[in-house]
Amino acid sequence: MTKPFIPPLSRRALLAGGGAVIVSFALMRHGLAQEAPAGPKLPGDLSKTPMLDAWIGIDAQGKITVFTGKAELGQGVKTAFIQCAAEELAVQPSAINLITADTGRTPDEGYTAGSHSMQDSGTAIRNAAAQVRDIMLSLAAAKLSIDAGTLDARDGKVSAKDGRSLGYGELASGQALHVAAQPTSRLTPPDKLKVIGSNLPRVDIPGKVTGAPMYVQDMRPDGMLHARVLRPANYGARLASLSADAARGMPGVVNIVQDGSFVAVVARGEFEAINALNVLSQNAQWSDGPQLPEQAKIYSTLTALPSQDKTILDKGDPAQPGVKRLKATYLRPYQSHGSIGPSCALAIWQDDMMTVWTHSQGVYPLRNAIAKMLSLPSDKVRCIHAEGSGCYGHNAADDVAGDAALIARAMPGTPIRVQWMREDEHGWEPFGPAMQTQVEASIDGQGKLLAWQYDVWSNTHSMRPGGPGNLLAAQYLAQPFQPDPPMPIPQPEGGGDRNAIPLYAIPNARVVSRFIPQMPIRVSALRGLGAYHNIFTTESFMDEMADAAGADPVAFRLAHLEDERARAVVSRAADAFGWTKDKPAAGWGRGFAFARYKNLAAYCAIALELRADRTTGNIELGRVVAAVDSGQAVNPDGIRNQIEGAIVQSSSWTILEEVTFDRTSITSRDWSSYPILRFPSLPQSVEVHIVNRPNAPFLGTGEAAQGPMSAAIGNAFARATGTRIRQLPLSPQRVRATLAT
Amino acid sequence: MTIVLTINSERHQIDADPSTPLLYVLRDNLKLNAAKFGCGLGQCGACTVLVDREPVFSCLTPISVLDGRRVRTLEGLGIADKPSPLQAAFIKEQAAQCGYCIPGMIMRAQALLEKNASPTQAEIRDHMQTNLCRCGTQMRILRAIDRAAKDMKTADAGTTTGAAR
Ligand code: FES
Ligand code: FES
Repeated sequence: MTKPFIPPLSRRALLAGGGAVIVSFALMRHGLAQEAPAGPKLPGDLSKTPMLDAWIGIDAQGKITVFTGKAELGQGVKTAFIQCAAEELAVQPSAINLITADTGRTPDEGYTAGSHSMQDSGTAIRNAAAQVRDIMLSLAAAKLSIDAGTLDARDGKVSAKDGRSLGYGELASGQALHVAAQPTSRLTPPDKLKVIGSNLPRVDIPGKVTGAPMYVQDMRPDGMLHARVLRPANYGARLASLSADAARGMPGVVNIVQDGSFVAVVARGEFEAINALNVLSQNAQWSDGPQLPEQAKIYSTLTALPSQDKTILDKGDPAQPGVKRLKATYLRPYQSHGSIGPSCALAIWQDDMMTVWTHSQGVYPLRNAIAKMLSLPSDKVRCIHAEGSGCYGHNAADDVAGDAALIARAMPGTPIRVQWMREDEHGWEPFGPAMQTQVEASIDGQGKLLAWQYDVWSNTHSMRPGGPGNLLAAQYLAQPFQPDPPMPIPQPEGGGDRNAIPLYAIPNARVVSRFIPQMPIRVSALRGLGAYHNIFTTESFMDEMADAAGADPVAFRLAHLEDERARAVVSRAADAFGWTKDKPAAGWGRGFAFARYKNLAAYCAIALELRADRTTGNIELGRVVAAVDSGQAVNPDGIRNQIEGAIVQSSSWTILEEVTFDRTSITSRDWSSYPILRFPSLPQSVEVHIVNRPNAPFLGTGEAAQGPMSAAIGNAFARATGTRIRQLPLSPQRVRATLAT
Repeated sequence: MTIVLTINSERHQIDADPSTPLLYVLRDNLKLNAAKFGCGLGQCGACTVLVDREPVFSCLTPISVLDGRRVRTLEGLGIADKPSPLQAAFIKEQAAQCGYCIPGMIMRAQALLEKNASPTQAEIRDHMQTNLCRCGTQMRILRAIDRAAKDMKTADAGTTTGAAR
């Protein structure tokens, strides 16, 4: 039967036998309001979920379970959380059982996005673990009638010098951990850290390299059926007619589920579902959708739409002419998340309960959206995170979870697995929005920046659920839901204007964020949001201004950077690269760029060299050297892995990627019409240097290199060829065309 | 219709339409998870397995052409406690982020190392170009392949565990 594969909802069952935690999580949260302490803000997401046993459970046998509302997306966050917990609980990492994002069991930590996991959840777990360890010490002190200061907590027990010891399991009985967190914790001092700061191997990698069932795609509970959803060619098209008989009669087909223009085929085998989908699509007629804008005019089309303008920085007189004043416009196309595995979900409707396994970045918001779509109370929907292919933002993960829930609702008791087809993933995912920026700046007689005027036009960068209408399928139901009205993400993090405010000291500066509500193309959050293009713009223009000032680009940046940590990262990257030492080989150009992600997360600087082939238009990347400051580095190799990955991914975005469309539909529907970087085009080498800051707060790193890499490429290209390209991507066609003129 | 397939040295009677691509038989009928659906178009390599000594896209290979041929999947190389040299090298280099592309990467690299024990960087890059990774793990994948080639040479010749089985 299918029942046993649903993990038990109550924490009592999970921690069977233990007295530590005896209430279900839902109940526990209920009781919070009265218990949350007033006063100073609690560390990380303890501020939202203050009870220690929401984060850490210890059963009677001493088995430790740690709960996080964040999800493993391939960024290695599970391992880093385990390190935080193991360090402060003074146990081996292998002693920690970690439960990730599950609306039935874990705290609500919103989305796993914006490089927030370590700051929010890592901080909460580390502090909760330190406080639990201290509770163990004081309970043991009371039981042994001995001063807690003389006791030692290690490997799951508290020991006295006289040889007596008590296990965490014995100590954590009753409601010992059902207490609110304190604002401050006795964290392990930097010189005593053993697990934090070590390169603990990723806990998920052995399974991933040996074919263990690691992904939602790999789940196959008994009785599971495969479903595929019929999608129109165009946005907004409605089903005009459908004859489902041919598909219904095909081998393996069990059901055709239809609700308005939402149609899915359900079959025993996956290939049978795909075959039936093809037949179904041949027998479906759709109305036309709205016309799409002309791609060649997309930027003028977008900037002509009404915008909500907000001045997010206003200092002095940014119109000052100085001794030299330059102006430029930069463009970024729609770009795709392009997950290698199309989005997938599994759902079952059983005993009045909808359970969905999903690789969504936000199980709680998704749960609420699905509940509204199905007109269910939210406690009748449970979303459990299961890994999928890397998502890099809001891809189709939530949409496919909505698909699965709709189909499962129509087939009670049957687990339904839905995976999107490649052409749907490429055609229907919400893309990273196209953007335009315009920047104008002047220098004074000393070659310093005098004034800076910056405008950024962008759609929203978040159409996550949200309301049910943000789930694609919900827009096609007989009673359709409308997408939420798009909203800008406010500063200081920002959305389209993320990193639009330069970190450089400029006496006169104005930055205007022009938010365009109307979205002709479906968009949402793509790794880095607006930071990718704003950093491309700012850091490219810093080079243009450095040239205007006759200054070296690195020296010019340092001359305008006051933040010591920013300076350290810039210097580290430049030194490790040998920026001032040797000259580039003939034909090669060097580029440098720096940013602090969101102006409040990790610092990252990149130096690289490249050359361009005038005949083919191909860019050849040479050496890439990065420096990063993520605060206290929990797992340095994990940080390196993230930065290396971002460098390669951003190279691909910057050199190759652009979603294409005609007047009716998206035309980049596969990897040949939407090429991404392949092995032969990788950089010759990528080197990442970490500037560690022991016991400084964790700073999110996952998106830190995206922007700097794009500008470093643009800057190196300008130096290698003498020509600057301000429109992304620097594709072979564009490079050829630009260099030919 | 029943077709007999030899997968990781085991014979299986498969009851499926002969036009069914191997990928779905591996995943649905045999419950082998490593080979992944990525595109179904031969463009990404997520579904790569070995047929005899050649890497193939299992998403495009109908089972009807596999009669009498030897299919190897990642599961046939090694397990977490006893990884093959390539798997061990991927672990040592921590060469995965989401890991979805990795089974295909390892199988493709396995084919290279069985034919060429000392590939150059350029040969590795060229050989691997059919396989996509979106997480940007490629630099580590290259290091892992390089490391495996060296490890396999320093160990004895029998270390192509999977190949020998
Ligand atoms: S899934 Fe076979 S090549 Fe992409
Ligand atoms: S590791 Fe995620 S696609 Fe390669």
